[in-house]
Amino acid sequence: MNAPVKTEWPDQLYDTLKRARIAQVGYVPDAGHARLIERCRADPDIRDVVLTTEEEGVALAAGAWLGGERASLLMQSSGTGNCINMLSLMRTCRFPMLMFITMRGEWEEFNPWQVPMGSIVDPVLKLCEAEVYRAREPADVAELAERAARQAFADERIVAVLLSQELIGKKVWTQ
Amino acid sequence: MSQGGLDRRAAMATLVADRGEDLLVVPGLGSTTWDLAAAGDDPRNFYVWGAMGGAAMIGLGLALAQRKRRVAVVTGDGEMLMGLGSLATIGIQRPANLAVIVFDNGVYGETGGQPSHTRKGTDLVGVARACGIPLCLDVRDEAALSGLAGRLKSLDETLFARVAISAEEPPRVLPEKDGVALKRRFRAALGF
Repeated sequence: MNAPVKTEWPDQLYDTLKRARIAQVGYVPDAGHARLIERCRADPDIRDVVLTTEEEGVALAAGAWLGGERASLLMQSSGTGNCINMLSLMRTCRFPMLMFITMRGEWEEFNPWQVPMGSIVDPVLKLCEAEVYRAREPADVAELAERAARQAFADERIVAVLLSQELIGKKVWTQ
Repeated sequence: MSQGGLDRRAAMATLVADRGEDLLVVPGLGSTTWDLAAAGDDPRNFYVWGAMGGAAMIGLGLALAQRKRRVAVVTGDGEMLMGLGSLATIGIQRPANLAVIVFDNGVYGETGGQPSHTRKGTDLVGVARACGIPLCLDVRDEAALSGLAGRLKSLDETLFARVAISAEEPPRVLPEKDGVALKRRFRAALGF
């Protein structure tokens, strides 16, 4: 009965974004986040902002907060590396930064090029003074996401939820 | 652009003169932040001391959040070049209340005047136009600058302007640098 559960956690993330009154969602297209991106795009109360690189989404979230709105950033683990210097904006000014990161380069990864960045996401974010949560099972997602959203906006800090590769499933490679 | 060009301090002063309560200004790190401070402090200025490449996107997030106010990003050519992709992102969103203005002197003034890509031929107006930004202006003289300042007063479509400025570096005018304080006073000025 794995299949139905796997389609639920992105919907739970969407519910969290709605409860947290997220008005802007930045993202670089990502297979793991495909359903959540689709739901955000379909929502007239969420401005979906497709980015050329993930660091744009960090600066977007700072601007949104200056203007009284809440933003979130969806990305894949490799995108974390693209954000590092821009996260200093969030640390210096204590802007809320709520990130949902789908992991690659860990469970059953076929592509070794995903491993170097995927393997250091957690320590790198911690060095950036982010609170980092890890969801390994579908049942973990909703509660961790809620906690992350509360913490990001109430405490004005960087909070990341890492979504393990087991949640997303194996990427199918055919030649 | 290098030789000639407008005086950067005077250009900034022209752009923010009689700004009204609804103009929010985001400069880029370095010279444009000093220029904005020199033009007069205002809680609706969000001075940027770092985050190179991020000014235009801070402006986008702000413009999307504050549809009834005008947002002017005024940054330098080096800062814009680091976030060139954000022009593609802005070209898709196209908020009518956002202006991205680049003071282009063709050099990295803060680091000793090394030439930037624009000195060697990169055409920022061409990039912005190709990214789908509706109104793209190349400002090379006082008359065009006045025209830009006028358009800024009644923004009705996303605007990009390159302003050719002289490579002279006037003395630094340093504003507040505490990021938390800058954020709080900006939000307070908007009622948050």
